[in-house]
Amino acid sequence: MPIRALIVDDSSVMRKIVERSLVQAGLELAQVYQAGNGAEALTLLRENQVDLILCDINMPVMDGLEFIKQLSGIEKAKGVPVIMITTEGSESHVVQALSCGARGYIRKPFTPAQVKEQLLPVLAGKS
Amino acid sequence: MTSAHESESASGSHEGWSPLFELAVREVFKLMLDSELAAPAGDAHPSPAITSMVGMAGQLNGVLSVQCDEKAAAMMASKMLGVEVSKGSTDTSDAVGEVCNMIAGNFKNKIPGLGDGCLLSPPTVVTGKDYSLCSRGDGPALEVKFLFEGTAIVISLQVHS
Repeated sequence: MPIRALIVDDSSVMRKIVERSLVQAGLELAQVYQAGNGAEALTLLRENQVDLILCDINMPVMDGLEFIKQLSGIEKAKGVPVIMITTEGSESHVVQALSCGARGYIRKPFTPAQVKEQLLPVLAGKS
Repeated sequence: MTSAHESESASGSHEGWSPLFELAVREVFKLMLDSELAAPAGDAHPSPAITSMVGMAGQLNGVLSVQCDEKAAAMMASKMLGVEVSKGSTDTSDAVGEVCNMIAGNFKNKIPGLGDGCLLSPPTVVTGKDYSLCSRGDGPALEVKFLFEGTAIVISLQVHS
């Protein structure tokens, strides 16, 4: 079933790479929304329903961790899985992201196989 | 990916960091650009039309930089995006900045203690040829030179004590 994804990263190149990785991971994309920071993403989510969010941590204006914390205040975003994709791969960052509500964590640099490995259980509702 | 060299720690000597630094660079180019970096012949050095920098602060303080020419920058963007990107496109500086960011993150995650103990700044990208890069770093500097798709690139880490 085609999914609607939101990709949040301050690098437009990285947003395109993530979108391509989703396709390479075998996902059928009905719609891809893009945002350059957490605040832009929250604005998008007030108007649009998505099935999956992929989010960087280090971003200007509003970082990924603050974005996840504020997601609970948006009706359309409730229950939508969030996967972090970031260079910050330390154990404490992983724990912090998961405790904020992220369902998965992908470290840059990554391969499409690693994206697939994280996404499939999340989309199947097993994570 | 891991390496036997990854037993080096943030608090220890920097002497063992060089192979980890080189590995961190190679991994980023292999995984994100599908490119095997080659050793340059002679003292190849790019005309640094584009320099990207990421600051590191915490247990390691310093600046990691990637220097390349416009051709290499456009090639990085093209390889990352899977489409032809022309010189001067905004995607070229974005791509070099993101490469620098990933190298910094990948390197610090290879040094025990640095993953949690060192924060990264967002990348800054400078374009143009008529400038010099001065760092207040007074510690050791790591520098690796490679040929990326036949074009010289330089990646360096200036450590502040």
